[in-house]
Amino acid sequence: MSEHIIPRKVYFTIFGALMVLLAFTVGIAYVHLGELNVVAAMTIAVTKALLIILYFMHVRYSFRLSWVWVGAGFFWLIIMFALTFSDYFTRDWLPVPTGWK
Amino acid sequence: MWVFLTTEVMFFGGLFLGYAVYRGSYSHAFGMASEHLDIVLGTINTAVLLCSSLTMALAVHATQLGTRKTAVMFLLLTILLGSVFLGIKGVEYYHKYDESLIPGHDFHFENADPRHAQIFFSFYFVMTGMHALHMVIGIGLLALMAYWTYAGRFSPEHASPIEITGLYWHFVDIVWVFLFPLLYLIDRSGSM
Repeated sequence: MSEHIIPRKVYFTIFGALMVLLAFTVGIAYVHLGELNVVAAMTIAVTKALLIILYFMHVRYSFRLSWVWVGAGFFWLIIMFALTFSDYFTRDWLPVPTGWK
Repeated sequence: MWVFLTTEVMFFGGLFLGYAVYRGSYSHAFGMASEHLDIVLGTINTAVLLCSSLTMALAVHATQLGTRKTAVMFLLLTILLGSVFLGIKGVEYYHKYDESLIPGHDFHFENADPRHAQIFFSFYFVMTGMHALHMVIGIGLLALMAYWTYAGRFSPEHASPIEITGLYWHFVDIVWVFLFPLLYLIDRSGSM
């Protein structure tokens, strides 16, 4: 793993940021934004995850191989979501031909 | 370790995907069901888990610096916070039992189609249950690490086991970071 020692101050700063984001995500959930509520919640969640991965998990200071594996995990996850969504959420776009129902 | 965590990403990713598809199909019932989760306990638990990630990071830091006693202290603190999380989760599960929201024969739900709400609670219990199982394993690993640190097995040159346990613990934290908004917060404003 990484040999780089991160100063304590960084950990506390990141922790503070995570707590602020937590308060923000709970607060914004009560604001009526329609579809944007999901977008806001997921954007904040991804930001929190990135802070944890980059600093708490030291990926920012790690070898390139760690980057490849972290990237690969999320890359395949995105493919899986994109392909599945492109099926499920487009099924109503075209009318079902008569005689199929 | 990163290879293992990538497989874990795929495992939880599948659950998240299933949840997302059903949520798209039955968004009304999912929104209604989500409001039965305790947002106060959920928020406190998220904060507790984030704190435990901080103490974990500080434990790794202390090991890298070679301050053994501090490392043991932070590892024990992480175990304590993890246990608090599981305790609160247990209280939440008990409330769901009390309100007949456990999927199965006694499931009872009035505000929306109970069959759809039941799917939400199935996802809720499987996802938080798998997460809790990961926490239990994590606490076991932390206890072992605390003992080994106490016994003097680690040094700044040999800190990998603690660092790897830290990676695992942070990963479990990240899973919760996504579970919390998806399960607890999806429809608090009543948009759906």
